[in-house]
Amino acid sequence: MADAAQPPSMADERVKKMSGLRRALIRPELGGIVGTIAVFTFFILFAFDSGMFSSQGVLNWSIVSAQFMIIAVGACLLMIAGEFDLSVGSMIGFAGMSIAILSVTLGWPVWLAILTTFVLCIAIGGLNGYIVVRTGLPSFIVTLAFLFILRGFTIFLPQLIERKTIIGGINDVSAGDPLAWLFGGKILKGFFAWLGEAGIISTFERGINKGQPVVDGIPMLIVWAIVLVIFGHVLLTRTRFGNWIFAAGGDAQAARYVGVPVNRVKILMFMFSAFCATVFATCQVMEFGSAGADRGLLKEFEAIIAVVIGGALLTGGYGSVIGAALGALIFGVVQQGLFFAGVESSLFRVFLGVILLGAVILNTYIRRLITGER
Amino acid sequence: MTSIHAPLIEMRNIEKHFGSVIALAGVSVQIYPGECHCLLGDNGAGKSTFIKTMSGVHKPTRGEILFEGKAMQFDDPRDAITAGIATVYQDLAMIPLMSVSRNFFMGNEPLKKFGPFGFFDHEKANRITMEEMRAMGINLRGPDQAVGTLSGGERQTVAIARAVHFGAKVLILDEPTSALGVRQTANVLATVDKVRKKGIAVVFITHNVRHAMAVGDRFTVLNRGKTLGTAQRGQITPEELQDLMAGGQEMAELEGSLGGTV
Ligand SMILES: Nc1ncnc2c1ncn2[C@@H]1O[C@H](COP(=O)(O)OP(=O)(O)OP(=O)(O)O)[C@@H](O)[C@H]1O
Ligand SMILES: [Mg+2]
Repeated sequence: MADAAQPPSMADERVKKMSGLRRALIRPELGGIVGTIAVFTFFILFAFDSGMFSSQGVLNWSIVSAQFMIIAVGACLLMIAGEFDLSVGSMIGFAGMSIAILSVTLGWPVWLAILTTFVLCIAIGGLNGYIVVRTGLPSFIVTLAFLFILRGFTIFLPQLIERKTIIGGINDVSAGDPLAWLFGGKILKGFFAWLGEAGIISTFERGINKGQPVVDGIPMLIVWAIVLVIFGHVLLTRTRFGNWIFAAGGDAQAARYVGVPVNRVKILMFMFSAFCATVFATCQVMEFGSAGADRGLLKEFEAIIAVVIGGALLTGGYGSVIGAALGALIFGVVQQGLFFAGVESSLFRVFLGVILLGAVILNTYIRRLITGER
Repeated sequence: MTSIHAPLIEMRNIEKHFGSVIALAGVSVQIYPGECHCLLGDNGAGKSTFIKTMSGVHKPTRGEILFEGKAMQFDDPRDAITAGIATVYQDLAMIPLMSVSRNFFMGNEPLKKFGPFGFFDHEKANRITMEEMRAMGINLRGPDQAVGTLSGGERQTVAIARAVHFGAKVLILDEPTSALGVRQTANVLATVDKVRKKGIAVVFITHNVRHAMAVGDRFTVLNRGKTLGTAQRGQITPEELQDLMAGGQEMAELEGSLGGTV
């Protein structure tokens, strides 16, 4: 460090009082909060009548946002711990396929297929982490290898076993399965039925569902997203382990010197990232009733972008789960909002690129404010 | 506890090799409770490597470490800290992006219990951090200030305050005063003196003979990975110590050419 050359400062009377604005800027969630407000203002002003704020529309972008949130929480904690996981997308495809093969092809009970898949995927996440901390290789490279390995198996195995790349029929075997409900079920059905009767949300006007609300409950996917965000936020800011996550990503050597078990922290975060990917995959499989070899493509990048929009530094040691969740919300609202507004969907990618660049530049500026570098 | 005859830590013939580099070639030192043991030597002599074997960062390639008379294997720094050995490393081990209080308690976070769960007690951490920093003569803007915004000397003071707080039995200071001003240096030396009187052993690395003479009870000089022996206070003059540190003869020549100003 270049500290030795600096003259020691004596008194803090010389430190200018930080303005309230600068203080607010130093919160990692700032970008996420501003972005969320901007996005909602925009769509309320320009696309209010498009149907995206009807009960069905709200559910639609909430589900998409919740999907992003689930993987963003894992990516966020891992990034703060100083590592990346590029295998998230492939892990989603792999986990879904594993559940389908075990339950449909091999005829295992669905709960056992789900549990086995969780154990398998978390173990692969642990292996990712173990290789990273043991070899000292950048996690970028190690998880890139797993991106290909897992995707390869996800395409190869169903072709080998069933001679196809999509395995369906999961809904038939999962009916009544308690663990399947935990990922594919809905809660608050009674409440929504009441809302429909009271005329607060719209109901079907004809057909066999006549009189029932269009939105008949909150999917478990959204519950998972909320639970994971709260868990991640409390873990990071309120626990000893959270302090170790910051320390491991801020400066692994310094953290080791004071007794932080850096390797353990990093491996656990890789496992948590794999856990989040598996939650995503299980919810998706239960929703679609099938697993496909191309599921989860590019999800790792979407997760990382949500995390960066949420104020985390790509270099580790700084970030916020709430910020990442807001990043995921921005994502979902914009993607579905453009769809509702009838805008060409390829423009969503343009938006992604622009907002990513903006977020990274803002984060770099904030980092300088915090560390006082120039 | 302050028995002069039972060393707290005994390092026997410690060797440390980094690949083909022999950083320590058999160093033996005894550290007694309540003493300030100064470790001196040129750049690259192996001082930092030596104390890192004491604090659990490095495993010695060869040699024995006895802690309170028992053979000790520190597998990582956590074991050493648990045993009551706290260290201020030369590069401080501070994380610039984290707040002062998070840094202060990094690895030893105070917990508040809620049923079976333990949560980071930020209130307690903040309070103790502010108190300890004030005791070292530095007024922080706030415990949530990021360490990155502190000056080099302030950072060093946080590291020292942290080690003093956690060093129940041994306090190791690797050039703790290199970036400090006159007042803070005096403060650190006074702290060393205070800590020592409580029966805690202090290992103090410095290049400054005057600082060493001010607080040291015994002096060990390292040179190219070997000890040149340990001297008691009063057995050695500052000039002799300076000579030993620099490898004697060459220094005399250098001093001559500089007109005795070094
Ligand atoms: N991790 C390492 N890998 C390889 N060589 C090392 C390592 N750490 C120290 N060394 C070497 O060991 C020798 C002793 O280094 P050390 O840092 O202990 O010196 P020092 O006495 O603390 O010096 P200074 O006064 O400059 O701090 C040096 O030659 C150094 O290059
Ligand atoms: Mg050194």
